[in-house]
Amino acid sequence: MQLSMTTAAGSGVPIAPVREPIVEVRNVSKLYGNTVVALQDIDLSFEKGHLTSLLGPSGCGKTTLLKIVAGLLQPSSGEIRVKGKPVNGPGAERAFVFQDFALMPWASVLENAAYGLKVQGVAKSEREDRARHYIGEVGLHGFEKKYPHELSGGMRQRVGLARALAVDADILLMDEPFSAVDEQTRRKFQEDLMHLREVENKTFLFVTHSIEEAVYVSDRIVLLSPRPGRVSEIIDPQISREISPDDLRRDENYLDTVERIWTGIKKYVE
Amino acid sequence: MTLYGYHVPKMASLIVWVILWEIVGRFGLLMLFPPFTEVIAAMGEVVTSRSFAEAIRITVISYLLGLALALVLGIPLGFLMGLSRAADKLLNMWVNTFLSAPLSALVPVFMILFGLGTPTVVVTVFMFAVWIIVLDTRAGVRHVAPSLLEMSRSFGASWPELFKIIFLAALPEILAGIRLGMIRGVKGVVIGQLLVSIIGVGALFSLYQQNFQMAHFWALVLLLFACALSLAELVARLEKRIQYYAGERN
Repeated sequence: MQLSMTTAAGSGVPIAPVREPIVEVRNVSKLYGNTVVALQDIDLSFEKGHLTSLLGPSGCGKTTLLKIVAGLLQPSSGEIRVKGKPVNGPGAERAFVFQDFALMPWASVLENAAYGLKVQGVAKSEREDRARHYIGEVGLHGFEKKYPHELSGGMRQRVGLARALAVDADILLMDEPFSAVDEQTRRKFQEDLMHLREVENKTFLFVTHSIEEAVYVSDRIVLLSPRPGRVSEIIDPQISREISPDDLRRDENYLDTVERIWTGIKKYVE
Repeated sequence: MTLYGYHVPKMASLIVWVILWEIVGRFGLLMLFPPFTEVIAAMGEVVTSRSFAEAIRITVISYLLGLALALVLGIPLGFLMGLSRAADKLLNMWVNTFLSAPLSALVPVFMILFGLGTPTVVVTVFMFAVWIIVLDTRAGVRHVAPSLLEMSRSFGASWPELFKIIFLAALPEILAGIRLGMIRGVKGVVIGQLLVSIIGVGALFSLYQQNFQMAHFWALVLLLFACALSLAELVARLEKRIQYYAGERN
């Protein structure tokens, strides 16, 4: 890992090393065609049980990296290890939450939430029980029989979340999950995500282009720079979890970290 | 519609045209048009005649055969073109050509190839119906949201499962293609039989025309129109039940 360029927020001290890596990205590069370098020599480890954000301006390859970790894209070189084993495709220990929700419009909320389990061959009654449980968990109790088009954007993403939770993967890969919902819903979502992280013993990889969101929800932020996509900085926000969400947005440490990231990103934004 | 404050039912304008037809017929203004009441009377005669029952039977059979062929070949072909760029490059131009070409001109060729009988009519129905089914299926398959497939793959879906997702996601377009194909197929069956003119409805048309039974002729035309419209309406209803999610995809 590129420890030389990584520091904890504002303090100038090196960030904590990853003690128990659940996902390892080893020298991953991704080329589109033969000329466009989407990712170059990415070397990262993700701590078990933590929420790590991939943050960067558009074109920095953060979604590409997440999809490579998910096994939906193949890296041009390098490898992905999950729980120490190299992987080259999707697997049951990883579940993906999509930016555009990716719900099946012809299927009810229950069927959508149970879809992952269905593909994995879980019997109907069991998968519906589990789907029902997680539909309740994400706050959609009573909407099981509804169809996606009858739900708001925020509720649709909750279905997407329930579907990812239902398969009980260790790692949740979230691709800008809140970018297609309105600001109020987004804040509620972020708070729910924090809560979810506390109750579910899972590792989260979270792609976002929102600095505030990343600082708010993350244990660690990996800053990517564009053209070619590289790791430019790693930051541990170190925001106290005791702070209430409303106070947090006025917290000095929070604001400093946001400012610092913005300074780092600014030069890539025209 | 309201007229002078009165609510006028949708089909009311038909009555105006029927009355006009009756007047033209009564005064013998156009030789081709017997009075509408005579046409209605003839309709009873046409429907109850043995030759009509036989004509309908053979027409329905050729229509269904041609349509079934169009579905069985058209949907897989559309899938192939939607999934494979190479297949699309190879076939797209031809499918579009056939879609807009005046296919009636080909019927004499079919007659040479398939003889003066039902096979020619079946092929005509097929040729009229299949291309729009191919193109709509292709469009539907093309427009399946990539994230939906990624979603399925992310859970480890196998090929048959992915195929199912593509099919269901493309279903609104496929059904739209089938509806248009069915309507075009009706044209195909009538044109085919008219040109072959010794079988089915085509034979009846020739019979009425040659004997100048215009009332019978028009009765048959009206019956065919009614059939085609009801068929289109039937499929449109089926489509609407699936449609509710078509607009929901992004």
